[in-house]
Amino acid sequence: MEKYILPEIPNYHQIDVYEQHGGYAALKKVLQMKPDEVIEEVKKSGLRGRGGACFPTGMKWSFMPKGNERPKYLAVNGDESEPGTFKDRQIFELNPHMMIEGILIGCYAMGITSAYIYIRGEYGKWIRMVDKALADAYAKGYIGQNILGTGFSTNIYTHKGAGAYICGEESALMNSVEGDRGYPRIKPPFPAQKGLWSSPTTINNVETMTNVPLIINKGADWYSKIGVAKHPGPILVGISGHVNRPGVYEVPTGVPLLTLINDPQYGGGVPGNKRIKAVIPGGSSTMVLRGENLEGVNMDADSLKAAGSSVGTAGLMVMDEDTDMVRVLARIAHFYHHESCGQCTPCREGTGWLEKMLHRFEHNEARQADVDMLVNVANQIEGNTICALGDAAAWPVQSFVKRFREEFEKRVRTAEHSAA
Amino acid sequence: MLNKENLEKATALFARYPEKKAALLPILWIAQEQEGWISTDMMKYVGDLVGVPYAHVMGVVTFYTMFNDKKLGRHHIEVCTNVSCMLRGSDKIVAAAEKVCGTKLGSTSADGRFTLSEVECMGACGGAPMLAIGEEYHEHLTAEKAEQILTNLK
Repeated sequence: MEKYILPEIPNYHQIDVYEQHGGYAALKKVLQMKPDEVIEEVKKSGLRGRGGACFPTGMKWSFMPKGNERPKYLAVNGDESEPGTFKDRQIFELNPHMMIEGILIGCYAMGITSAYIYIRGEYGKWIRMVDKALADAYAKGYIGQNILGTGFSTNIYTHKGAGAYICGEESALMNSVEGDRGYPRIKPPFPAQKGLWSSPTTINNVETMTNVPLIINKGADWYSKIGVAKHPGPILVGISGHVNRPGVYEVPTGVPLLTLINDPQYGGGVPGNKRIKAVIPGGSSTMVLRGENLEGVNMDADSLKAAGSSVGTAGLMVMDEDTDMVRVLARIAHFYHHESCGQCTPCREGTGWLEKMLHRFEHNEARQADVDMLVNVANQIEGNTICALGDAAAWPVQSFVKRFREEFEKRVRTAEHSAA
Repeated sequence: MLNKENLEKATALFARYPEKKAALLPILWIAQEQEGWISTDMMKYVGDLVGVPYAHVMGVVTFYTMFNDKKLGRHHIEVCTNVSCMLRGSDKIVAAAEKVCGTKLGSTSADGRFTLSEVECMGACGGAPMLAIGEEYHEHLTAEKAEQILTNLK
């Protein structure tokens, strides 16, 4: 399939090359449209957020109040910290102008005059790339005051994170932009009512925004026919772990996971032709699937939901037959404990419990009752916290124990044997 | 204290946000780039500049793992051990780094040359296993490559 988000055009990240290939035409087109028409077009396209929750983008935009009594803001989420996710980095590097153009279109559609691209602090090099692209777009009059002589004005800035996974959660991200600790906020009020500086705010993922110019240029009808109908469009899949060709691949939604893993143009198969024991399809918080159950499972929201997981950030982690699932889960638990912001007791304490218990399993010191207790602790975190980090910590535990229970029980038996 | 050039950079940031406090993270970044870490005095200074109490600045600095409230070694080596890197052999990278740096993960070498840290997923899963030296990513590593890169650091 043709590539739109990461096209193979040399130097596409440079503004002149981007313009030569039709760049910023969508912005010019949009500036002749009514803002509501733009939102309608995005709604009609069926675009759903690429940050993990798959929320319909056009609908999100339509939640923003009309009128300009209060300033309105856009925050673009490039925190990209979900383990197994490394796609936005490709956009910063290879196609920053399409992201910027998408941001401008969003700003115009929602009447926004300031947008902040929140990028994780570790991406210092990539922040400079985006800053360069922004400076070039300012110089050409695409950003700033009176854009292309239309009277529409907006500013776009990068805002550098400082190493906190939680800041990828939209309300924590807003607190971080405001100069606070990245603590998630209780919802409601939702960002569209009360977001940045208590003003209406929309938060969209970097990849989501990069899809927008495509919809405007080629039309919602065209876009909605790419991939699967209920979750259409090109999607960036990051394949990592036990594959021959790890990397980010642009595909239409709905490509079978086994194709992504085995096809020579994507993952290229498992090294040594080993059996696939497990995959985590959409970043570490999504539920693990057994390798033998991947037939008919595709990279889109509905297919993965039906299979008992979710598309998340499409960060596909592949594990071969020799993988120690207990160790993988222990590592994931370590991560969520490290990243819990500490506001909510179930998450702050529960993630620590999970990590400690899994440490026992890893070192063959667990008791039989610990297998169910793991799930019990996870169940008590899920749904009982301000934000979804609690759920993100619980889902891997629930699914690993459910789908690989034998591996956890094996570690118990060793302990009981050595005790006897 | 920020030097003259950095103070200008810092104050220019206020125009980006409706409230000065929002410039706190960017200004802490400037401070850390200047000094290599953020001292108590620097926190107080930045607090005055931004118009927030020292306690707020300290709260922010200690919340975000990339802000250092202690001096680090000359080179900050961060090895990712999260799942994608673990699956591709980050154990060996950790061992190689500990050997060359002469210090354990989570500590600074006695000669002050290296601070070696475990780091959470850095978004380099396609190039796993990886380590970062400051901002520079080194991907697709083997133990030998990691040793070589670290040995070449002065």
